[in-house]
Amino acid sequence: MSRPSDHIDSPAPPPKGSGINQPKLGPVGYLRFFWRQLTSMRTALFLLLLLAVAAVPGSLFPQRSSDPNGVIDYFTKNPDSAPVLDKLQLFDVYTSVWFSAIYLLLFVSLIGCVIPRTTHHIQALRGRPPRTPAHLGRLSAFVEVEAPGVEAAAAIDSARGLLRRSGYRVELYQGPELSVSAERGYLRETGNLVFHTALIGILISVGVGSGFGYTGQKVLVEGQAFANVRLSYDSINPGRFFNEAALPPYRIRLDDFSATYEEKNLNALGQPIDFSAAVTTYQGEGPGHKSVIKVNEPLRIDGNDVYLLGNGYAPSITVRDPTGKVVFSDQVPFLAQDANLTSLGVIKVPDGLADQLGMQGFFYPTAAKLESGALTSNHPDLQNPVLSLRVYKGDLGIDGGIAKSVYSLDTSEMTSIAGDTAGVPALELRPGQTVDIPGGLGTVTFDNLDPGAKDLLHSVARFASLDVHHDPTQGWVLFFAICVVLGLLTSLFIPRRRVWVKAVETDAGLRLEYAGLARGDDPGLESAVTEIARKHSEQLGLRLAP
Amino acid sequence: MTDTLAQYSLIAIYSAMAVYLIAFVTFTLDLAKRSAAATAVPVPAVKAEAAGSGGTAVLEREAPPAPVAPKRNQRFERVAYALTIVAWLLHVAGTVLRGVAAHRVPWANMFEFTLTASAIVVGVFVVVQIWLNLRYLGAYITGFALIVLGFGTVGFYVDVVPLPPALQSYWLIIHVFVASLGTAFFALGAGLSVVQLLQARREAGRFPSAKFLDTLPDSTRLENLAYRVNLVGFVFWTFTLIAGAIWAEHAWGRYWGWDTKEVWTFIIWTIFAGYIHARATRGWRGSRSAWLAIIGFVAVMFNFTVVNLFFKGLHAYSGL
Repeated sequence: MSRPSDHIDSPAPPPKGSGINQPKLGPVGYLRFFWRQLTSMRTALFLLLLLAVAAVPGSLFPQRSSDPNGVIDYFTKNPDSAPVLDKLQLFDVYTSVWFSAIYLLLFVSLIGCVIPRTTHHIQALRGRPPRTPAHLGRLSAFVEVEAPGVEAAAAIDSARGLLRRSGYRVELYQGPELSVSAERGYLRETGNLVFHTALIGILISVGVGSGFGYTGQKVLVEGQAFANVRLSYDSINPGRFFNEAALPPYRIRLDDFSATYEEKNLNALGQPIDFSAAVTTYQGEGPGHKSVIKVNEPLRIDGNDVYLLGNGYAPSITVRDPTGKVVFSDQVPFLAQDANLTSLGVIKVPDGLADQLGMQGFFYPTAAKLESGALTSNHPDLQNPVLSLRVYKGDLGIDGGIAKSVYSLDTSEMTSIAGDTAGVPALELRPGQTVDIPGGLGTVTFDNLDPGAKDLLHSVARFASLDVHHDPTQGWVLFFAICVVLGLLTSLFIPRRRVWVKAVETDAGLRLEYAGLARGDDPGLESAVTEIARKHSEQLGLRLAP
Repeated sequence: MTDTLAQYSLIAIYSAMAVYLIAFVTFTLDLAKRSAAATAVPVPAVKAEAAGSGGTAVLEREAPPAPVAPKRNQRFERVAYALTIVAWLLHVAGTVLRGVAAHRVPWANMFEFTLTASAIVVGVFVVVQIWLNLRYLGAYITGFALIVLGFGTVGFYVDVVPLPPALQSYWLIIHVFVASLGTAFFALGAGLSVVQLLQARREAGRFPSAKFLDTLPDSTRLENLAYRVNLVGFVFWTFTLIAGAIWAEHAWGRYWGWDTKEVWTFIIWTIFAGYIHARATRGWRGSRSAWLAIIGFVAVMFNFTVVNLFFKGLHAYSGL
C-alpha cells in the first residue's frame, strides 16, 4: 500500500528497540526523512487541527477583508494594543504569513500523499486481485460449507461467475487448492483521490480567481447611469493581475428603485419585504435592455455580476447665492445609519459664495420627535421627510488637491453657523422648502421631485449601491466543490473488499471456504460474505449448513 | 390568524417539553435499572477486541451482540421510548404550525431554528432505532432537546415576521435544512462518543460503580457506530458549506468572505476532517478521536449560540 506509514492500513512499524541500527543520514537522507514526516498521517492531522485553531482569531478580531470599518473602530478604541495585533497580522488572518504557511504545508503534505497513491491506484486498477491467502479461517469474515459430491473446478467456476456478476474483479489461482480471488470497490479509492485532488483544485482556482478578478462599487441615484470603466467606480479592488482592458464595455442606468415595507403585520411594521432596482443596460451600439436587480437576483452581464447590496435616499439640494444664482445643485446620496433609514450626508459648496460652505445633513424619511427634542425616524418610507442641516463656513480643506471622502466633512478649519456650536438651530427643511443660510450667504432648497402629488412618498430620489464582481474561476470552484461532494460520498460509503472462495478437498469430500477482508471501514462485510456463500450454495444445489 | 397559529405552535412546543421531561426521567430510571440488572446477573466481562495486529487491513469484526443480561426488565426503556415518540410528534406539530403561521419554512430565525434542529435531532434518534438499538442514548437526547427548547422558547422567542429580502431565496430551504440535519447527526455522534469514552474507562477498570455500562455495547462497537453517524453528519456539513457558498454568491456577491459564521463552519468542517483522519492514523483511534468528535460538536453548538448572538457578521438573522 502506498499510504503513509502511519496510516492504520499500513503494516505496523517494528517495535522499538528491535535492535536495528539506523545508518547515519546524509543530506538526501534527511530530505527524505522530512518529506516522509511531512506526508505522514500524523502531520496531516496536526496541520488540519492547527488550521482549525488558526482560523479562530479571524472571528474574534475584525478583519480588513470583511469588516474594514470594524478595524478602524478597533484602532480607535484600543490605540495601544491594536498596532501590536496588527504586527501579528490579526486583522488580516486569512492572508497572514502564519495562516498561509499552515494551509500551504497542509496542501504540500496532501499532494505528497495523493501522488503516490494515485500511481499506486492506477496500478491496482490495471492489476489483478491478489493471490488467495493460505489460511482463510483467520480472516474476520469466514464461512465454510461442506459440499460432498461437488467438483472443485465446477464449484470455483460458478463462484467466479457469481462474483463477477456482483461487480467483483475475479482471478483464478491454483495453489495447493483451486480458488478464486475477487476484489470490488475500487471506486472507494477513486472517490478518495478525487476528493483530495478537488481540494487542491479549489485552492488553485481561488488563487487564480483572486489574481484576475476585481470588485467595484458604484452608487447610482435614480436616473443616473454609469459606464463600466475604472474611473466611473466609487471604489474598485482589482486583483494582482488585473488589466483595465479586461473591463467589458457596457452601461447601466438605474431607472427606478422601489422598496416595499411591511404595513400589516404589527410585529414587523416597516420591515423591508422587497428591494428592486429597475435598470436598463446597454451593450455595444444596440438598444437598451431592461432588467431588474434584487437582493438574491444579481444581474449577469458580460461575465460580470452586478449585485444590489444597499440603498438609501439621495435628497436633491440646491444652493443659491444672495442674487439667486445657483451655485450648487445635486442629488446627494445619504448613507443609512439604522433600519428606519435615518441617513447621514455631506454637502460641500467650494465656489460661488463669499465663503466655502460645508453642510452635514441628517435625513429622516419619517421624522418624529424624541422626548429630548431631537429628531428620529420611525419608518423607512417617505411618510414625513425632514432634512436637518448643520452649516459651516471657512476652509473645506479640498484646495490642496488631496483627495477627501465625499461622505465626511473636515470642520477643523471651519466655523459653525447653524446647529452644532453656532447658537443658531440647525436648518430644518421639508421637500419643496427653501431657507436662508445664516449670515446672508444665500439660500438652500430641499427640492421636491414630485411637487404635484398629494403625499410626499416620491418627493426624494433613492439610490442603489451596486457591487460589480468579476471572478473568472468561480465556475471552476463550483465544479471542484461538486467533485468534493461526489468524491466524499463514494469514498465514504462504497465498501472496498476482497473475497476469496476456495475449494478444499478433504477425506469427507469437497469443502468450500468463503472469506472476506475489508479495506477501510466496512460494516457490511460479514453479511456480504454470508450472502455470497448462500447464493453460491443455492447455485450448486447445496443446503447451507446452519 | 397568524398570531393564533403561532400561539397553538407554542402550546404544542410547551407540551412536547413536558413529555420530554417525563421521558428523560424515565430514561434515567432505566439507566439506574440497568445498573441493578448488571449487578444481579453477572455478565461475562466484555472482551476488548484484539486490536488489528499487523495485517494490511482493519479487521472490524462486528462485536458480539451486547451482553445484555438475559432477562433485563425493559419496561422503563419501552415506556420512555414511547413517551419520546409522543413528545416528538407534539414537537413536530408545533414546528409545522409555526411554519404555517409564517407561510414559510420554520427555520428563518434563531427561535425557529432551535425548534427545527432539535426536532430533527430527536427524529433521527427515533428513526435510527429501526436499524440500531441506541435507546441507551435516550436520556442524552431527550435532555438535549429539553435544554435546546428551553433556551429557544425563553431566550430566543420572536413573533412571526416576514422574511427580509436577503433571506428570500430557495437556498434558505436547502442550506439551513441540511445544516440542521448535519447538526442532528453530530449530536448523536457526540453522544455515542461520550458513552464510548465512559465505556473505555470502564473496560480499563476505572469505573467500578458505573455498572449500567455493562449493558451497553463495548467501546470498539460504540466507536464504529459514532464514526458512521459522524460520517453522515460530515457529508451533510460539507454540503451545507457548499450550498452556503452558492447562496452567498447570489446574495452577497461573493462565495466566500470569511464572515464569522463562515469561519466557524469552516473550523467545524476542519475538526471533523481531522476526526476522520484521526480514525485512520495509528495511535489516534479510540479515545483520542472520540475527543475530536466531541470537540467538533461543541464547536457546532458554539457556532449556533455564541457566534450567532455575540459575534458581528453577515449572518445576522437571529431576529433578536
